[in-house]
Amino acid sequence: MRILVLMRQLPDLVEELEISSEGTDIDRELVKFVMNEFDDQALEEALLLKESSGAEVVVVALDEPDVDQALYTAIAKGADRAVKLTGVSNERWMSTHERAAILAPYVEESAADLVLTGVQAADDLDGQLAGVLAGLLGLPHAAVVVGVELKDSTVLVTQELGGGRSVDEEIDLPAVLGLQAARQAPRYAPISKIRQVTQAGGIEEVAAHTPPEASATAISLRRLYVPERSGHAEMLEGTPGEVAERIAEILRSRGLVKG
Amino acid sequence: MSNDILVLAEHDGQAVSDITFELLGAARRLASGSGGQVAVALVGGAGLTGTLGAASTVYVVDGTSGAIYSPEVFEKAFLGVLKEADPRLVLTGTSTMGIDVAGALSVAWPAPVVSYVVGLEAEGTELVATSQIYGGKLMAEVAIGGPHAICAVIAGSFPADAGRSDGTPEVREVAVAGLDSARTTPRGVHEPDTSGVDIAAAEVLVSVGRGIGGKENLEVVQELADALGAPLAASRPITDQGWLPKPQQVGKSGKKVKPRAYLAFGISGAPEHLEGMRDAELIIACNTDPNAPIFDVAHYGTTADLFDLAPELAEKLGS
Repeated sequence: MRILVLMRQLPDLVEELEISSEGTDIDRELVKFVMNEFDDQALEEALLLKESSGAEVVVVALDEPDVDQALYTAIAKGADRAVKLTGVSNERWMSTHERAAILAPYVEESAADLVLTGVQAADDLDGQLAGVLAGLLGLPHAAVVVGVELKDSTVLVTQELGGGRSVDEEIDLPAVLGLQAARQAPRYAPISKIRQVTQAGGIEEVAAHTPPEASATAISLRRLYVPERSGHAEMLEGTPGEVAERIAEILRSRGLVKG
Repeated sequence: MSNDILVLAEHDGQAVSDITFELLGAARRLASGSGGQVAVALVGGAGLTGTLGAASTVYVVDGTSGAIYSPEVFEKAFLGVLKEADPRLVLTGTSTMGIDVAGALSVAWPAPVVSYVVGLEAEGTELVATSQIYGGKLMAEVAIGGPHAICAVIAGSFPADAGRSDGTPEVREVAVAGLDSARTTPRGVHEPDTSGVDIAAAEVLVSVGRGIGGKENLEVVQELADALGAPLAASRPITDQGWLPKPQQVGKSGKKVKPRAYLAFGISGAPEHLEGMRDAELIIACNTDPNAPIFDVAHYGTTADLFDLAPELAEKLGS
């Protein structure tokens, strides 16, 4: 049983994003890149499946800024192999369809039984990876997955439907799943272990396939802009005691305080 | 090239979901300018066509598993409808169903997809979609000029009332081959857990997010909640960590709440959270990041440290 975990880097949203001079991408010079948090959930689920079934876990990423750090961290957490697909432009926004077209031949050649990735990414403007990739490969798929259990030739999946509803389904392998949350919070790898793994090296570099031009699915991005704030909170200033007093007054004036 | 707009319906077997009416309203507005027709694709739920009067045609596909959602069956069924109806624009939500089918249909149909859409306008013969990306930090304007496109729209972007209309749209049954041989078999639906506190019924909610740092810190906000006689609610990271039970989660995948007052502590305000609480009568937000999006929907805000503010407030309300 081989599980591929498709991971990717994203700008750290804790920091401010600036728009490039062309107006259709973010300024990537000063951005700090971190692993997509949902891919981290996918990795955790894969590691849990490895623990219960002995599956091999292979993490795969395109060559993107600071991706080595993410791949070594994945190995430190327990992934068996890490693969970096090289030779793709990594200094601009890449659409989901392009990303999927680069990954699809690799996934096909890797003879994976199960492909896990994050349910979404903060910049996947043209759709989410699991569905597009499964579409290209003709595989069954499910997104917003919160539970995965391996059987012999199928996988039992729980999908959230929103509003607290969920559905269980059994999907034939191979399949592609977009993870919302692993069954437990993603584990941490000790820094010392990451350092040790990094020193040992071991990221496999594989030349990426050049994707065919896919004009039928290409979107035409006109511009990015910072949203105008339609409204903003009235900010309460002062010491915590003064702010608390103001909030208490607001709640009392609306009859929301009992007693 | 047709100017028709097709809405992919969502339902739970009993009723059509709000998002479908929101999309129908948006479709009607666009179609009145472009001269196209509005249609709906409905998989299972054949008894629900009477609530879809905002459409002129409802394409019904009888799924093998009735009302139970299954990504592969719905995708195949929708593809069957797309081939028959040949619309210019397909509208779906950024819901589980929308995430599942939009990407896969875009490859099979084929068509570009625009996700996280919050605005749709006609500009001559082009359509322009506006989307919210990078967690709501930036907006993207995308031109849709080709013969086919799919837009996945964030819930709450358009009024549902504009798409609610009883009536007798023309019902066309579409036979789709291969639904029986799907590689995905539904095994059952879990309805929402209704045990414990019902946060949707509470007049006041004290809600907590990632800023709380750890389960052991919940005591601080619990004391405030007790002083207000309010239950604790939470954003997704808190229930994912198991710090509070899932039924107490507010947002897209949790509950939609509309209390008289919503006090948010350490919640940054991701779009998925805002979707569940933005209609509260009064929102007071506490977050140390002055740029947190929660302040865009809050009426009052403070960048005070929640560990300082919550005990002070509990004391003032308790006395």
